[in-house]
Amino acid sequence: MTSVFEQHPDFLWHAPEPRSSYDVVIVGGGGHGLFTAYYLAKLHGISNVAVLERGWLGGGNAVRNTTVIRSNYLWDESAAMYEHSLRLWEGLTEELDYDILFSQRGVLNLAHNLGDVREGVRRVNANRLNGVDAEWLDLDDVAEFCPQVNISPELRYPVLGATLQRRGGIARHDALVFAVARAASALGVHLIQNCEVTGIELDGGRAVAVQTSRGRIGAGRIGLCAAGHSSVVAAMAGVELPIQSHPLQALVSEVLEQVLDCVVMSNAVHVYVSQAHKGELVMGAGIDPYNSYAQRGGFHVIEQQMAAALELFPIFATAHVLRTWAGIVDVSPDASPIVGATPVDGLFVNCGWGTGGFKATPGSGWVYAHTLATGQPHELNRPFSLERFETGALIDEHGAAAVAH
Amino acid sequence: MLLIPCPWCGPRDEVEFRYGGQAHVAYPADPEAIDDREWSRFVFYRDNPKGRFAERWTHQHGCRRWFNLVRDTATHQIAGSYALGEEPPA
Amino acid sequence: MMRRLAEGGAIDRSQERTVVVNGVSYQGYAGDTVASALLANGLIAVGASSVFGRVRGVVSAGGEEPNALVQVTAPWSEPLVAATLLELPEQALEVSLLPGLRGRLAGDDEQRHDHHHAHCDLLVIGAGRSGHAAAAAAVAEGRRVILAERDFRPIELAGDEAIALPRTTALGSYDDNFVTLVERVSPVRRRLWHVRAGEVVLATGAYERPLVFPGNDLPGVMLAGALRTYLERFAVAAERPAVFCNNDRGLEVARLLGAAVIDLRAGRTVVGVEDAGEDGLSVLVAPLEAPADIERIECDVLGVSGGFDPVLDLHLHRGGRVRWHEGRACFVPDGALPRQRIVGAAAGEGLPAVQAHWLLPGDESQAFVDLHRDVTVAELRRAVGAGLQSIEHVKRYTLIATGADQGRTAKTNATAIAAQLLGSGVAEVGSSTTRPPVEPISFAALAGRARGERFDPVRTTPIHPWHVDRGAVFEDVGQWKRPRYYPRDGEQMDAAVLRECAAVRGGVGMMDASTLGKIDIQGPDAAEFLNRLYTNAYDTLKVGRCRYGLMCRADGMVFDDGVVSRVADDRFFATTTTGGAAVVLDWMEEWLQTEWPQLRVWLTSVTEQWATVAVVGPRSREVLAAVVPGVDLSAEAFPFMSFVDTAVAGADAHVSRISFSGELAYEVSVPGTRGLELWAALWSAGEPHGVTAYGTETMHVLRAEKGYPIVGQDTDGTVTPIDLGMDWIVSKTKPFVGSRSLRRPDTMRPDRKQLVGLLPDDPALRLDEGAQVVLDPNLRAPVPMAGHVTSSYDSAALGRTFALALVRGGRDRIGHSLYVSQSGVTARATVVEPVLVDPQGARRDG
Repeated sequence: MTSVFEQHPDFLWHAPEPRSSYDVVIVGGGGHGLFTAYYLAKLHGISNVAVLERGWLGGGNAVRNTTVIRSNYLWDESAAMYEHSLRLWEGLTEELDYDILFSQRGVLNLAHNLGDVREGVRRVNANRLNGVDAEWLDLDDVAEFCPQVNISPELRYPVLGATLQRRGGIARHDALVFAVARAASALGVHLIQNCEVTGIELDGGRAVAVQTSRGRIGAGRIGLCAAGHSSVVAAMAGVELPIQSHPLQALVSEVLEQVLDCVVMSNAVHVYVSQAHKGELVMGAGIDPYNSYAQRGGFHVIEQQMAAALELFPIFATAHVLRTWAGIVDVSPDASPIVGATPVDGLFVNCGWGTGGFKATPGSGWVYAHTLATGQPHELNRPFSLERFETGALIDEHGAAAVAH
Repeated sequence: MLLIPCPWCGPRDEVEFRYGGQAHVAYPADPEAIDDREWSRFVFYRDNPKGRFAERWTHQHGCRRWFNLVRDTATHQIAGSYALGEEPPA
Repeated sequence: MMRRLAEGGAIDRSQERTVVVNGVSYQGYAGDTVASALLANGLIAVGASSVFGRVRGVVSAGGEEPNALVQVTAPWSEPLVAATLLELPEQALEVSLLPGLRGRLAGDDEQRHDHHHAHCDLLVIGAGRSGHAAAAAAVAEGRRVILAERDFRPIELAGDEAIALPRTTALGSYDDNFVTLVERVSPVRRRLWHVRAGEVVLATGAYERPLVFPGNDLPGVMLAGALRTYLERFAVAAERPAVFCNNDRGLEVARLLGAAVIDLRAGRTVVGVEDAGEDGLSVLVAPLEAPADIERIECDVLGVSGGFDPVLDLHLHRGGRVRWHEGRACFVPDGALPRQRIVGAAAGEGLPAVQAHWLLPGDESQAFVDLHRDVTVAELRRAVGAGLQSIEHVKRYTLIATGADQGRTAKTNATAIAAQLLGSGVAEVGSSTTRPPVEPISFAALAGRARGERFDPVRTTPIHPWHVDRGAVFEDVGQWKRPRYYPRDGEQMDAAVLRECAAVRGGVGMMDASTLGKIDIQGPDAAEFLNRLYTNAYDTLKVGRCRYGLMCRADGMVFDDGVVSRVADDRFFATTTTGGAAVVLDWMEEWLQTEWPQLRVWLTSVTEQWATVAVVGPRSREVLAAVVPGVDLSAEAFPFMSFVDTAVAGADAHVSRISFSGELAYEVSVPGTRGLELWAALWSAGEPHGVTAYGTETMHVLRAEKGYPIVGQDTDGTVTPIDLGMDWIVSKTKPFVGSRSLRRPDTMRPDRKQLVGLLPDDPALRLDEGAQVVLDPNLRAPVPMAGHVTSSYDSAALGRTFALALVRGGRDRIGHSLYVSQSGVTARATVVEPVLVDPQGARRDG
């Protein structure tokens, strides 16, 4: 019996008892943690690795996001990182032998004012020089590429044009988690669920083990990969991180006949929407302003999101919101991630992906695996160090007004 | 939609307020006297605890005054608000 | 087959109603649902299932319905509505069945739905016995009560402060007892209630859940309680019912219906159901211990009861805890949230004891756990076999309980069966979460009236009617509508802007500058306050004089700019960018209140209190002179960067000699209500001089020719005042917000991006704003980029194009060439000083 929606294999992963120690212990079994473990085993020959997950694998932001994948970031450092990730995405179905329903249906980013247009043109030009596919669409091209979007000049904030990354798209988040967990498990990585890290043991300034709800686990190196909970786990080793955790809500409609075949994002009229393979409309809402670990946000944020969606897509009016939810996003001051060493020897951090983590999943795991294997950052994540907040060499995707999602 | 007790206007819906992050973070008395690391702590680092958190809010669409609030970031339960310069409630 | 009985039920047989299903009309009565009307007409099948395309029938009489979700096509359009909740309206209702349970979007919803906000002492969700009792008791105590009930039957609740809301579903529960409700005001209209309640009582009842056995998805297999509801409320019944149950409540229904009974507790189970066509169903019954020992029971409908699940969505939305109740085989609340109570069946009260047999014998590939998602026990077994231990993974692997029916009939069975397959208890596997909304709600109902022009307010200046009258083309700047240019017959923008620019530099132009943010800053410490916020000093500014200022954020990056005028020793008047007005005021308030409360300063937004007109160009003095007779406008008496308070057109006027174009220029401000008169007076005075109205585009060209940056266009949050070449405005002697950040290694790098001018080799080539600067024209990705074009125009004054750009180490490149890449084309340009027109500043005195 198979579902027409999606098909998962007969076997996914083992559930071993934890060993007393590992070469590398990864704290956090989300997409980033799983890919880190997978690449450690696959590319660096380090398979004596444990991924410790407080709840269930991929139970955090990995399956709470809207699955938008793109690499059209403004700054060189970001573009290089996300483009690397996108190239990995392009090979994942084959590499992991798993249909993750990666669909390069194009990501359209609408401009509604002259500032948006300037920013869009700037980004397209920068992307192309960075080898990232990008196009600027005028209004007619927008209408042709996505006939569903309302381009009436009568709109409160009429569409003036858009950037398009054709290689961008969506994937199935559950399948991604299943696929990488299966691959990591097959390479000997221990995936240990219901295992909450409660302490980090230091010895002479070096992190040597984690205390967990399933006992002490020794570690050659420890890689924190806890997204919204990064501050909490880093604090166990006395490490402070410049991140704040916020709720980010998303929602899904019921299953609908095909109505939208690309991803549409708008910064000014805050919308990002796609139609998933099963047929649901998947939309992201705005970030709730306050710090929170509660995985829930305010209803008004959803209402504003719906009003914005109907500005651009009146045809969605009668669709129903079936379910809303929230993830906890770890937001850094420059809206760029932090991937690298911490002041504590043997302890590394991968956090601050904010609202952009899903698209980075394989790329983040790839550079983090390199960092954990060698003790040194890869060229791709070298700029994303903690030190940048002291030197001022930020990678300010906020300031550049890039859409964060 | 939190219900936030403005010390001057009473309990009001969250949408009337603007969030201001961690409370009790003073601007360095002499910024020129501290090193880059210490300065970066002021500019970019704020506590991010899971649990009790003293934070700042301003009643943007009300009296427009800033105040402090103690709220649990895991449950959203509010322990109380208090004026700037005062100590948080127990 | 079920039929309408000759009498009985809570329907109004005097009011006939019509439902049209897939084009065929059926008759029902007021008080019917679509489902009851279909059943009364002998129809039970409602379409093909989502995966296997199996024919499915109505299962329930309520909100848990997994199969009977229909597309409403008239008199309104709505996908996937539960036929079991859908009341027959007065107008004929047209619906279509949805093969595969895939909804259709037919277009916009012409209806506008309302949003309503309410406060009460007590909000009761559910007007069943427990809920009604709680509400009535509170009303008797004089409390303000709202009682919301999903059903459409009238609710009796007397009391001045009592609001009873039938047809109203609680959607979600949020922090601090904020609960959202949707009221079906009419078949078409929704009213979304936002209720803040002192106390919340959840009286949401319990859903009966089915048993999972082979063939349990055939039409005619229904919940036992639904059979009771159809009999008692809708007078619809089958001639030959049977009941399969594991609890006394099922037995009660069987007695009421006179049904044959298969009681799991007696060791009998159903191992298969066959469709006997006109003859109904043939149920294959066998002992649990001997599943091959089959006997047949023939029936029209098979009512099933596998126990009851308290409806706890609203409790769970806020992280309320539940625990597994072994005797009743269901999750019950483990305490209530603060200021909430859970009563009646929702609390597990009165639910029957259940003898649970989760995994029944028979063909697991025919035993459906989730009818909506079409998932069987076999698929659950496969999920567990794949190594999955968490019910969340099982859900995601199988898609169980993720459908439009919210998986209400599937959840507990799925959890318990998975637990059994895993060899653990249900309590260990745990309940899965539930999230708002309780019932699907349309995008349009959530958007309410924030549609079209009400999506976001439009702000216009007092002079707006004049601009409209003159055919201005507008630009959205934040919420403001600003004239971008004023085309004359058939003119395109480029021509209009060249004309407007030439007119200003050659004569005089007028621009509506009313949208600029304006802040009145008063108090004995006002100068000190501004000293701390702006990069330059204000204690040295003399009364009557103005000074251009920049503000940085703590990170040293330029945040806003404007002109500050000293009105008195203890009073300043600051302007901000149009988009920055609110942000800058908030910024000032934040520093004042949270960091420097000892400073005696008071801030007031006066953006809309003043209308401002810029009169610009060599003839501006003559124009102004005509409206302020008696004021000495000579350069000596009224120097650059000073102001006078006078009167224009009978209104108090504040006249500043400031210039954003390098020309002799004035900004005249009057109380907002007099703005149009001011404009008219200046226009009349200007007409003899050929005055030209100009918009933001011309303003941008004129300022760019002078190298004046626009914050937000020539800066992007990564640019310091030094990068802009504004060292002259950055105090070295006093600290200001952000000053320390300018001494960090990265902000002191000599090769930072700096604002410079660019002259393309081709004087007719206008570079794209957003084009990238490269040093090597041989482009092979990744190409190192040295910056980008921030502003680019055709200049009437220069007779050629020019641009401003942020270029890495740009000031050191002045006089050198570099390349600009745009849309795959590379053009050469020369780096120049950003001030291209009148670098000596000779024109500003006229």
